Amino acid sequence: MLTLERVAILLEDFALAADLSVAEGARVAVIGPSGAGKSTLLAAIGGFAPISDGRLLWRGAAIGHLPPARRPVATIFQDNNLFPHLTVAANVGLGLAPNARLGAEDRARVAETLASVGLGGLGARKPGSLSGGQQSRVALARAALQDRPVMLLDEPFAALGPALKVEMIDLVIRLADDRGATLLMVTHDPGDARQLGGETILVAEGRARPPVPTTQLLENPPDVLRNYLG
Amino acid sequence: MARRPRPLTAAGLAAGGLVSALVLGSLAAVASRAQIGPGAGLGPGDWGAVRFTLWQAAVSAAVSVALAVPVARALARRRFPGRGLLVTLLGAPFILPVIVAILGLLMVFGRAGWVNDALAFAGLPAVSIYGWHGVILANVFFNLPLATRLILQGWLSIPAERFRLAASLGLDRRRAFRLIEAPMLREVLPGSALVIFLICTTSFAVALTLGGGPRATTIELAIYQAFRFDFDLSRAALLALLQLGVTALAGTLALTVAVPDAMGAGLGRPLVRWDRGPVWGDGLAICLAALFLLAPLAALLLRGGPALAGLPASVWVAAGRSTAVALGSALLCLGLGLAIAVAAQRMGGRRARGVELAGMLGLAASPLVLGTGLFIMLYPFVRPDRLALPVTALVNATMALPFALRALVPAVARIERDYGRLADSLGLRGLARLRRLLLPRLARPLGFAGGLAAALSMGDLGVIALFADAQSATLPLQLYRLMGAYRMDEAAGAAVLLLGLSLLAFWIFDRGGRVDADA
Amino acid sequence: MRQTQTPKTPARASFRHGVAGLMVIAAGLMAAQHAAAQDRPVLDVYTYDSFVTEWGPGPAMEQAFESTCDCDLRFTAMGDGAALLARLELEGARTDADVVLGLDTNLMAEARETGLLSPSGVSGIDWTLPVDWQDDIFVPYDWGYFAFVHRTDFDAPENFRALAEGDASIVIQDPRSSTPGLGLLLWVKQAYGDEAPAIWESLSDNIVTVTPGWSEAYNLFLEGEADMVLSYTTSPAYHLIAEDDAGFAAARFEEGHYLQVEVAAAVASSDTPGLAQDFLSFLVSDAAQSILPTTNWMYPAVMPEAGLPDGFGTLIDPGKALLVPPEESPQATRKALSEWLAALGR
Repeated sequence: MLTLERVAILLEDFALAADLSVAEGARVAVIGPSGAGKSTLLAAIGGFAPISDGRLLWRGAAIGHLPPARRPVATIFQDNNLFPHLTVAANVGLGLAPNARLGAEDRARVAETLASVGLGGLGARKPGSLSGGQQSRVALARAALQDRPVMLLDEPFAALGPALKVEMIDLVIRLADDRGATLLMVTHDPGDARQLGGETILVAEGRARPPVPTTQLLENPPDVLRNYLG
Repeated sequence: MARRPRPLTAAGLAAGGLVSALVLGSLAAVASRAQIGPGAGLGPGDWGAVRFTLWQAAVSAAVSVALAVPVARALARRRFPGRGLLVTLLGAPFILPVIVAILGLLMVFGRAGWVNDALAFAGLPAVSIYGWHGVILANVFFNLPLATRLILQGWLSIPAERFRLAASLGLDRRRAFRLIEAPMLREVLPGSALVIFLICTTSFAVALTLGGGPRATTIELAIYQAFRFDFDLSRAALLALLQLGVTALAGTLALTVAVPDAMGAGLGRPLVRWDRGPVWGDGLAICLAALFLLAPLAALLLRGGPALAGLPASVWVAAGRSTAVALGSALLCLGLGLAIAVAAQRMGGRRARGVELAGMLGLAASPLVLGTGLFIMLYPFVRPDRLALPVTALVNATMALPFALRALVPAVARIERDYGRLADSLGLRGLARLRRLLLPRLARPLGFAGGLAAALSMGDLGVIALFADAQSATLPLQLYRLMGAYRMDEAAGAAVLLLGLSLLAFWIFDRGGRVDADA
Repeated sequence: MRQTQTPKTPARASFRHGVAGLMVIAAGLMAAQHAAAQDRPVLDVYTYDSFVTEWGPGPAMEQAFESTCDCDLRFTAMGDGAALLARLELEGARTDADVVLGLDTNLMAEARETGLLSPSGVSGIDWTLPVDWQDDIFVPYDWGYFAFVHRTDFDAPENFRALAEGDASIVIQDPRSSTPGLGLLLWVKQAYGDEAPAIWESLSDNIVTVTPGWSEAYNLFLEGEADMVLSYTTSPAYHLIAEDDAGFAAARFEEGHYLQVEVAAAVASSDTPGLAQDFLSFLVSDAAQSILPTTNWMYPAVMPEAGLPDGFGTLIDPGKALLVPPEESPQATRKALSEWLAALGR
């Protein structure tokens, strides 16, 4: 269980409150109007935005004071997910051992993971020579190797075409299911939330509401969501 | 929040501390040996030197920046074959050894130089390079390229979309300038002028030869006199303190005015514009600048080139020694600069300013005070001339550090802004973060800063003259020795060699930073 | 969590290699300087830069002295005589120097006052100096007159007044940083006394520029920047002997010419006082004196058996030697300098 217990996030001219729990293994979309704080919610969980009040718990233990890398969380950002000067394999390898050299066994796991996301044989390339979809796959492969129980995705596929995005979300679901990982994905497209097939957190009016089943939310949207969806 | 990795921050603090200790410690060492007697303190002549120093620096900065605007504008919006080469070559004067530059300037602007030959041929009166206008001419020669680079960077930082918008709105050139370019210039010009002002306040050798006489006494010359003529250490220390104060004041100002960071940034991309105006104006600006900056180099090549083959072996040995010192100095400078830049980024705020300012102290330091102070500090432990070359490398690194920092600090900040979160989320820290994130992405500014440090060190006479014995002359010192032995032709040959090595050192480092710079 | 290891990465290793390499280079440089013979006593001679270069007297003198002394003669060079004295004062009694070589008459009083020098033990020498020489500490080894040097096709003035009134252009050196510059200052002062400031004022439009040292000035002159340069009466001998070029001459001034006598002295704290005195005696011996004229381009303090080299005979004879007595030099210098600054600083 990932719990945000009466959490308040105060930035310079922005405030967000959250009091909610996400079950382990859940697939949760985070949806809401632009600027409402979807990314900030993920940043607070990932360790990139300060929590001013309340507690962040994972399996009952507080994690709000830990640096990003020591939280049970793997994050995929909107952009800059890969180091452009490192090869694809080296980027993925960072998920295994950021501060050490990879052994033969590690390298085999990297190659295997790359193959599992459909990038077999591309390990020696630099990210710059890959397409946008391929780059997303590299980031997902790395997140898979990080093997954290929570995966946070902050609209990483926003720049991809509709068909490609569907493909990517399928890949994300597969990777999360393989590991039993809990998934939180920011999106502005209700179609993504439906495809994810779980619950949805609505972020609006300075508050992140507890997750509710997505179909239920979309069939009977509150006013604020209705206005947003149009 | 992310826990800040400690060792790198500590390294930065140590680097800042080392530089402060070097600059302030040597000053204190000189002061400690001073005997305060009657006549201690500063005389009216010294205040005259302060006034002249500030005045010539201010005029030089203003003229350099004013002339750089049309050149940068022309370079920003024109594409022509050899543009890249020209941008590189125009940078040459900045890294030129002072003695070499003055030789070249004399051959063009001297009484028997090209310009006066042409004026005489046309029946016009001769112009003189000596006096305050000579000092300013030389300062502009050195700093026009830097000003151009800084302002060109400003131009290239304007998004092309804005010019596209201006074109689609049908704005004429004057309106477009007022709306798009003038705000950029307002932001970039003060900082550029301040940087050049700072460099000119410590100009020493320029005023010495071209100044025309005691009217053009700068603070640095007054320090020289206090040491050499009066052996008055208290006055030397006082003057050095004064120089430090003046420069620190201007430096603090420069840090608040936000200096543009052209150091190490790519200047290869010409601006795409729809309103470029007539070609002749830009062509004229580029040709005049190229002529002004490159003619002295060409004159020097013509004068010294023939003597190159016949240079005595000792000159080549000195050249090897200078190359080693330049290499050591560049590596030291990069080490110090990187440590300070990383620490400044990590600490942020006031403490970051502090450590960065410590690194900038080299700009304000008097080489003579630095050398003598080091001598006093080292003497109890070791014969200083045995350390001549390492000490020279260290001092040269300190002198080049401010320029390295201008390149590295913004670059580190940019990298951490773009990739800091990713690195944090992966737990990349300490040396691994340095090796896997910072070093590869800093390749370009590191190459640029290293090249600058190597070239500046190559041409600097600096403290070696205080420490050297017969066996450890560097190339600039050997050049002076040739001149001192009536061998002016060979000296010109050595000057060409020095010019070549300085440019080569810069080029190799700078190139090295660009290799494999994908994405 | 994974432990942070200290990886042996290529980058780090190469950084280590770089540092190690630098240390090796530094150590090598130091070792090279120590490489001199270990057992023989070492004589440390502090001198000025141009003395020790391959074109100066240093190498030949080192060879000649070492062939007789069974010692290791080691030169340490400073920029010039004034820098040499400054270094001696900085190092004080703990100095390694056994001998200082390259002070001149203007620096003698200040050098004597440091109390760091000891009697030379040199006496009974038949000096060929244009002035009487009596001093128990300082041993003169060469001397010369300051003069304005010009090309022979230039019609040079014959005194300072004619120079000031005419339109001949000159390059001079700053008295605050150069020995010839200081010489000119005292030359004008000695020749014109209270009228010196007026002479300087009328000279100011003849002065192209004031350089920090002799080298820059002479280079400007050779590049055609001025008609005349302040140098020595012996300068034309260099062009004649070394370059086979008779196109240079020194202008003979009716007021007389200022004299520079270069001296050496033993350092009191020397650990080899006997050797230091031996060196001073060697310095005025025929072996050393015959080296000086065509390496230091000055007149020898003792006439060599073979006489002066060919070419020295063509040089001008000033007739009258001007010299401020060494003990009066510091005060005279200070007064003349403030006059000079006032006259040219406006």
